Amino acid sequence: MKLIEAIIKPFKVDDVRNALSEIGVQGLTVTEAKGFGRQKGHTELYRGAEYVVDLVPKMKLEIVVPDDLLERAIEAISTAASTGKIGDGKIFVLPVADSIRIRTGERGDASL
Amino acid sequence: MNPARLRFVAPIVGLLALTTARAAWAEEDVLSAGDTAWMLTSSALVLLMTLPGLALFYGGLVRSKNILSVLMQCLISAGLMGVLWIIAGYSLAFGEGNAFIGDLSMLGLSGITPDSLSGTIPTYVFVMFQGMFAIITPALMIGAFAERMRFGPYLLFIAIWLFAVYIPLAHMVWGGGYIGASVGALDFAGGLVVHMSSGYSALVLAMMLGPRRGYGKEPMPPHSLPLAVIGTALLWVGWFGFNAGSELAADGTAGLAFLTTNTAAATCVLVWVAIEWLHRGKPTVLGGATAAVAGLVAITPACAFVSPLGSIGVGAGAAVICYLAVTVLKPAAGYDDSLDVFGVHGIGGTWGAIATGLFIADFALPEGMTWGSQLAAQLQSVVITAIFAPTVTAVIVFAMRAAFGDLRVSHEQEFEGLDLAEHSETAYTS
Repeated sequence: MKLIEAIIKPFKVDDVRNALSEIGVQGLTVTEAKGFGRQKGHTELYRGAEYVVDLVPKMKLEIVVPDDLLERAIEAISTAASTGKIGDGKIFVLPVADSIRIRTGERGDASL
Repeated sequence: MNPARLRFVAPIVGLLALTTARAAWAEEDVLSAGDTAWMLTSSALVLLMTLPGLALFYGGLVRSKNILSVLMQCLISAGLMGVLWIIAGYSLAFGEGNAFIGDLSMLGLSGITPDSLSGTIPTYVFVMFQGMFAIITPALMIGAFAERMRFGPYLLFIAIWLFAVYIPLAHMVWGGGYIGASVGALDFAGGLVVHMSSGYSALVLAMMLGPRRGYGKEPMPPHSLPLAVIGTALLWVGWFGFNAGSELAADGTAGLAFLTTNTAAATCVLVWVAIEWLHRGKPTVLGGATAAVAGLVAITPACAFVSPLGSIGVGAGAAVICYLAVTVLKPAAGYDDSLDVFGVHGIGGTWGAIATGLFIADFALPEGMTWGSQLAAQLQSVVITAIFAPTVTAVIVFAMRAAFGDLRVSHEQEFEGLDLAEHSETAYTS
């Protein structure tokens, strides 16, 4: 099992969700996030006073997938979230020790 | 009928003092139902400028943790000034007195009855119309020291300021005192009395309090521009009562003042937005709203003395000058006038008082005055106001600091916001 942590542009959330559903991903968690990378923020102007907003709003997706689904999931996210411009985001992959479905007590891949 | 609001007051003082003269005066003063109806309406319009106009304008411009403190400061100005004006303010401003202040002959409005007239309107209506000016003027200053002043010292400050700055100026300009009668300066609706007095005083208080913590280092953007724009719109509407109402009659001059008021504000919005668009690349909403207020401020002293085309000049000049004051002068000088009270009201009022002379129409020139002599009188009145108001304000603030210590909230309270620190409330829950 692997945890995929994907930081993407907020308006791409629906596309990514649909792409993941198509390959059989059953669930994911979405969090509103702010951060910075190579993408520059924007400036706001109030009576001549310029404020640089350098923390850019992003969405953080967390998806746990069985190992055999990992590459297809990464492919789906990369394709759906891509605009080709700076600021499309990043994908991190982490190992997961175990997973438990609270209602039934199922463990491992069966709980995903 | 204006200039010289005093013309309506002096006869009343005489009327009350010398009842034997009643018949003679009564022939001059006849109540006009039309004038009275317009002045009742105007008085309500001027209150609309403070509540909710100014309250929303300033409230939207501060950070979300401080909006209630600003709304409360506006609300309590209506409360405190609304009482002080009736008890002693009106008498000291419009009683006969001397060249600098009125007297206490009408303390508690004694001697005034429902039958008393000021010109063609009941004296009670004139008292209330002027009372609404006394409510908004101290409230205008709130924007300069917003987000850091304690509530108690604020109350005391505006109470003292009303008697020490506003009332003497109102008397000197409108009550038959030095600036109106001797200098001969024209100020139809309060460029000197309302906007310069509050703008310059507010700057002094803001500088003496010091900047907000983090000013210049961390962003302090407005928390709700929609509220600020609604506030601006209400100010614009209320301003018709302020300016056209200052004629104290429903006549042609009131019509001219109404028209020039709108034209100057419209011009200022147009020119300011164009400047900003060219200079910074984007026409901003806050720029447009600020411009509307600046244009309204500038036309205030001039509204009945300039032609419709003249008011375009007043509005265009206000846009250029106030834009520079807000975007160049303030950052260069480094003072923290939080919401630009000085840049808009102080500088806009100064420009308006001078522009009253620059653009004065032939029909408005008082007898014996030329364009040049009127302009000189206007400049003189500007200098007097620009020295008098901030000097007295500085004395008040020094005295209050000596008596009560720091007038600011603590570092921690400023960080958590004045709403919670001073009022135990928060505006927005989530």
